[in-house]
Amino acid sequence: MNLVKLTIDGKKVEVPAGTTIYKAAKELGIDIPILCYMDLKDLNIENKPGGCRICSVEVEGRKNLAPSCSTDVAEGMEVRTNTMRVINARRTVMELIISDHPKDCLSCAKSGSCDLQDMAIRLGIREIPGQEYAEMSTYRLDTSPSIIRDLDKCIMCRRCETMCNDFQTVGALHAVNRGFQAVVAPAFEMNLEHSPCTYCGQCVAVCPTGALTEVDHTGKVIAALNDPSKTVVVQTAPAVRAALGEEFGMKAGTLVTGKMVTALRQLGFDYVFDTDFAADLTIMEEGAELLGRLTRFLEGDKDVKLPILTSCCPGWVNFFEYNFPEMKEIPSTARSPQQMFGSIAKSYFAEKIEIDRKDMVVVSIMPCLAKKYECQREEFMVDGNPDVDISISTRELAHLIKQANLDLVRMDEEDFDKPMGESSGAGVIFGVTGGVIEAATRTAYEIYTGKSLEKVDFEQLRGVDGIRSASVDFDGQEINIGIAHGLRNARKLLEEIKEGKSHYHAIEIMACPGGCIGGGGQPLHHGDASILKARTKAIYEEDRNKPIRKSHENPYIKKLYEEFLGEPLSEKAHELLHTHYFDKRKKIFQV
Amino acid sequence: MSSVKIELRKDQTDKIHTICDSFGNQEGELINVLHKSQETFGYLPAEVQELIAEKLEISAAKVYGVVTFYSFFSMTPKGEFPISICTGTACYVRGAETVLNEFKKQLEMEVGETRTDGKFSLSCLRCVGACGLAPVVQVGDKTYGRVAPDDVKGIIEEYLPAGL
Repeated sequence: MNLVKLTIDGKKVEVPAGTTIYKAAKELGIDIPILCYMDLKDLNIENKPGGCRICSVEVEGRKNLAPSCSTDVAEGMEVRTNTMRVINARRTVMELIISDHPKDCLSCAKSGSCDLQDMAIRLGIREIPGQEYAEMSTYRLDTSPSIIRDLDKCIMCRRCETMCNDFQTVGALHAVNRGFQAVVAPAFEMNLEHSPCTYCGQCVAVCPTGALTEVDHTGKVIAALNDPSKTVVVQTAPAVRAALGEEFGMKAGTLVTGKMVTALRQLGFDYVFDTDFAADLTIMEEGAELLGRLTRFLEGDKDVKLPILTSCCPGWVNFFEYNFPEMKEIPSTARSPQQMFGSIAKSYFAEKIEIDRKDMVVVSIMPCLAKKYECQREEFMVDGNPDVDISISTRELAHLIKQANLDLVRMDEEDFDKPMGESSGAGVIFGVTGGVIEAATRTAYEIYTGKSLEKVDFEQLRGVDGIRSASVDFDGQEINIGIAHGLRNARKLLEEIKEGKSHYHAIEIMACPGGCIGGGGQPLHHGDASILKARTKAIYEEDRNKPIRKSHENPYIKKLYEEFLGEPLSEKAHELLHTHYFDKRKKIFQV
Repeated sequence: MSSVKIELRKDQTDKIHTICDSFGNQEGELINVLHKSQETFGYLPAEVQELIAEKLEISAAKVYGVVTFYSFFSMTPKGEFPISICTGTACYVRGAETVLNEFKKQLEMEVGETRTDGKFSLSCLRCVGACGLAPVVQVGDKTYGRVAPDDVKGIIEEYLPAGL
């Protein structure tokens, strides 16, 4: 490796050639301020348009200031990061950016977690000279089922564009127009609803300002909780319990399952249930479907569609409906756990407690923004009444808890209600990449072989690589499994299938980095992979601590089949727990 | 959205495919592909951009981003008689703006627009290299020199003898 010696603020440092000044300074512990720059190194994603110029530094012998995020070091370079000239330039840049930015910080959804606000504080901005003469650009507000685009607050850092294109290969967003009219937008400046957007929310997760935010439904939840005519049922997704604590200053990876249950009860929910119960149910249905297809395949049926693809992730479902509609028969028809939960809550459970489904409000707490869209899909409604009424993110739940003056950290730990709060360890691991397919394997193995699993942990399915593959021995029959997280990786596996090169029997796909634990609705991780790893660890810990580890052994699932559904893939199960997919390509760009 | 949906004919889609193929369907050739396509169609409607995106395996948002970045590219069809007023330095100081305003007034349209009857479109350009004739106006391939606001009506009538 070719090393380069340079001096930054009088300190000597030696770094590999090709390193940027910004990174070299970091080696010395010098934290040059950045705004548009984003380095998600563990995801192999770097955004450095060199656009904002906040990171400018002075380089001896160079006439103009250099953007440190995108200027490589050179031998003998002398860099100053804090001269009067640099500080003045930085302040001017900041003042110019803010001069065209709304000043409604007090009521902005991003207030308190806004990089622009933080930078104004750090640079000690106290006034914006010439604001009264400054022109303010404005752009129409775009509201979709999941995401709001308020481009008046956009600073053109283009981080969202990087996530949407490089990480997800969705291609919904790109910088368009120029100069003062420049914005990040879908093709032909359509709204997100008429673009290939999957609502994965990774753009929201990296937006430094309030330009991209989730549609906030906390108000609707409060209204439902205060409506005496409604029975309000809540379900919480597996990944939420492994991240919610971070919003209250707890260490990443702290499990807050019991505290969260208590908080939800104190917020006034009538029944506090667990999406993990529905995850177990998903395994019963999806597992049966997998085994059915597999058995037919092994018997020589040429028409059977393999590999089977998981269908729990709504971002992923949106992705294939738009990008691979010709393959829409391949994914499992099983609804996602969120929707299975809603469907069973408003049928089986509503009957049990003798209320009409219209008097029940099902709220879901999800690490995900696409879930907001999913629960509004027409297939998941009965006579216009949705199975899941309101979906809120982990971040929104944190806001609700704070508003209600509850201290999550000191909260007692309580258990979920029965029957839909009971779950196995298999249901819990739905929240991490590899988890759904491991859960399915635990059940499918036992049903296929008729033997009891000695070891339920399938280590070969775990890990962090974007694409992984493993074989599981089903008593002499090798089952090939593929796993992808991040839609860029999913696309590669899909292309293989299209070209007839895929050797997998089953593939699990999750849209977000690390799976749901890195979802677009989670506390912001700022690209720190150690946070994702800690959350993953917490999920596996919850799995290990569960007395039941396999979905088909969940007693309340067994009871549900005995009392209500009959057996997996029964007519009733099909009606309530399965779905079908659409070709969305035609719908794009049409108003 | 800045254009109305149009239906491309088979020979038109074939033509775009040929253009993309001639540049090896390379993402890096996007600007060249757009140039050639605009040369062929006169403008770049959304459908053409979508087709190019598909062929070069890039997002339509990216293609649209490039089209809207460079002022040379247009998403509105040019009129049968495209009128261009030079607003380069020499023409400008000799009154190009008053000439432009007269065109806008007479045609009841703004710069960048095409009249609904498709006859005229109005645009500005920078220096045609005939500064001695400033201010200069071009209609299609024909160049008019030393144009005064009073000449505008006559120029328009050359192309519409029956009047507006």
